[in-house]
Amino acid sequence: MATKKKNNQPVEWNYSPALESTSHVKLKDKYELYIDGKWVKPSSKKYFKTINPANEEVLAEVAHANDKDVDLAVKAARKAYKNVWSKIAPSERAKYIYRIARLMQERAREFAVIESLDAGKVIRESRDVDVPLACNHFFYYAGWADKLEYAFPNRKVESLGVAGQIIPWNFPLLMAAWKIAPALAAGNTVVLKPAETTPLTALKLAEIIHDSGLPAGVVNIVTGYGDTGAAIVNHPDVDKIAFTGSTGVGKIIQKAIAGTHKKSTLELGGKSANIIMDDAPIDQAVEGIVNGIFFNQGHVCCAGSRLFIQEGVADKVIEKLKHRMDSLIIGDPMDKNTDIGAINSKEQLDIINGYVKIGIAEGAEIYQPKCKLPNSGYYCPPTLFMDVAQSSRLVQEEIFGPVLTIQTFRTVDEVIQKANNSPFGLAAGIWTDKGSRIFNLTTKLRAGVIWANTYNKFDPTSPFGGYKESGFGREGGLQGLGAYLKMN
Amino acid sequence: MNNNKGLEIPDFSQSPIVDKVGVEERVERFQKRSIKNESKMQGLRMALSMIDLTTLEGKDTPGKVRQMCYKAQHLHDIHPNLPTVAAVCVYPSMVKIAKQEVKGSGVKVASVSTAFPSGQAPMKVKITDTKFAVDQGADEIDMVISRGRFLTGDYNFVFDEIASIKDICGNARLKVILETGELVTLDNVRRASDIAMYAGADFIKTSTGKIQPAATMQVTYTMLEAIRDYMNTTGRQVGMKPAGGISNSKLALHNLVMVNETLGSKWLTNEWFRFGASSLANDVLMQIMKAETGVYQSSDYFAID
Repeated sequence: MATKKKNNQPVEWNYSPALESTSHVKLKDKYELYIDGKWVKPSSKKYFKTINPANEEVLAEVAHANDKDVDLAVKAARKAYKNVWSKIAPSERAKYIYRIARLMQERAREFAVIESLDAGKVIRESRDVDVPLACNHFFYYAGWADKLEYAFPNRKVESLGVAGQIIPWNFPLLMAAWKIAPALAAGNTVVLKPAETTPLTALKLAEIIHDSGLPAGVVNIVTGYGDTGAAIVNHPDVDKIAFTGSTGVGKIIQKAIAGTHKKSTLELGGKSANIIMDDAPIDQAVEGIVNGIFFNQGHVCCAGSRLFIQEGVADKVIEKLKHRMDSLIIGDPMDKNTDIGAINSKEQLDIINGYVKIGIAEGAEIYQPKCKLPNSGYYCPPTLFMDVAQSSRLVQEEIFGPVLTIQTFRTVDEVIQKANNSPFGLAAGIWTDKGSRIFNLTTKLRAGVIWANTYNKFDPTSPFGGYKESGFGREGGLQGLGAYLKMN
Repeated sequence: MNNNKGLEIPDFSQSPIVDKVGVEERVERFQKRSIKNESKMQGLRMALSMIDLTTLEGKDTPGKVRQMCYKAQHLHDIHPNLPTVAAVCVYPSMVKIAKQEVKGSGVKVASVSTAFPSGQAPMKVKITDTKFAVDQGADEIDMVISRGRFLTGDYNFVFDEIASIKDICGNARLKVILETGELVTLDNVRRASDIAMYAGADFIKTSTGKIQPAATMQVTYTMLEAIRDYMNTTGRQVGMKPAGGISNSKLALHNLVMVNETLGSKWLTNEWFRFGASSLANDVLMQIMKAETGVYQSSDYFAID
């Protein structure tokens, strides 16, 4: 045969755009503060814009709460606590929380779309991870509301009062659920501040909470910048501060509440070790590395950002990792096929790019797949730095982006030492075929969460939190419930 | 004709291990790819061209085989410019008839052999079986491995068996059926894939179609990774044929996504990837017609064979 048949020639197969529709999503042009069951104009009269980081378009204007607004919210929460929420039967509390969970589920698609628009995270993740997990947190804690005395046998438990909660921009709705659900189940009322770059799903949640008929003032949502957060932290009538965010801000909060009656849980930064032993299932470990660092553009406090590979398999793992990275699709978060979406904000992109520059200046070998980035919006390609030293800033500091450092090791003892040699201690991952090795490592790694042969798995029943500068207190599970209770 | 002459044969008891949970997770990611519009049409046409139309029944007759061979070249004549399928797959006794029927069309004739489907026959019989099929003009030989021997750890036996069959294939390409449903674990699937490729397989194939489960995506993915490692180590390209259980377009597209992202576009041709599935063809045709006319037609509008 002189001419080869046409369908015998390999051709490139690129996936056509598969955009998630946004037509069913209702966003207001302007959002007020949700205080005492009403939408209230901010006394500051100031509003700020929240944009879509994927194309820099303005999505809505959002009220900027000042001290007076926060005071109003705390007073509403205190009144609701005293008059209603601490008085009603726990089974009634459970009903409200279940109702919120079900309403969220019914509008899951809308939440997912708004989350992707506002945060830049890919629709596949907001649809399959963020929103279902957020709903599950409400379902899970609703179940505990009338069983507190069984949750902590032989202890007398009491709610704390008003909880001030400040959440980050990486998992906006999920973090709101982590904070609000256990607080309500334990009988507290809430003043919650979402991050300034991602307030929309929390405000949408306020709409659902309103629809659920939750008594006015039990949940208050105030939007704003760091000054709004500071107003919550410093308010004398707040009984508990729950904060998730950077270690820097966590330290400020801890100083601010020192000597007060306020209880606190802080879930802060991380620089988690992902450890590949030479007997690991290599292809699955590579997938775990990808999920560990490139999930949510690396905007994950427990991201597996320090990769340790045992020397015998290092070349193979790195070669396979590069191959896998080449098949990642970077681009429009609303496309169902996108693997890596937009960096959350210009500020964060600058920070990440700053670290990439440091890495290059330090002389570390860099790898980035040859992918085309969109023309507008904030994007960063997935990045590897190979052969970096333990003393490199890239290894020591949290980058909070899709940047992975790779170090090799020879023995188990060496990797334990190196993994623990960090001011952080949030999470770790271990990849090995040997069960005994898993147990040996989990007892010696100083990290709050340790995954074996998987990474970045979350469940409402499982407590989450850190060692050292990664914070204290646990969220999720019984431990997360206990963090909102006085126990005698 | 062993194409692995001079190659260092690895210790198959040391084949890479596979974590089932991780494989399931990876496969889920492939299934989440949303294939729309032009890429869908391209994928559907690709799938059609990769099908091995198959009849492997005790009751097969020349009449049945002729009809299938006609369908292989005329999938849906109402629609111009459709590709033909890649091959027809029959028992050795039907190779001659099939060969006559598809002459000049570019459609290949594949024959199962080595006492398909069980493989429970002496080596001598397997060789005679294969030799007969090759002499009758088979372009491709689909052999089965001795799963019993594999499961007792007699990897050398399985290796030698494949190498012997390869030697008598001549120019016919050898597909090695692992019958993964009987191997049970993904570790076994991986090891059997390695043995088959190092013994000279041109293609590795999941199943006979007689045992369930057959070509699950988890199994196919494990074999694709083995092919990739083998290519990286030896530089030789080996084809993949999932067979059994891929009955609809969506599953076929997900399989193609998996090939595309695991091995790359070099494998996206019927020279290197095949579907062993007969009922798939009509579902793909139905989807192509739906894409072009906007409506689903009843299955009565598509010829069954």
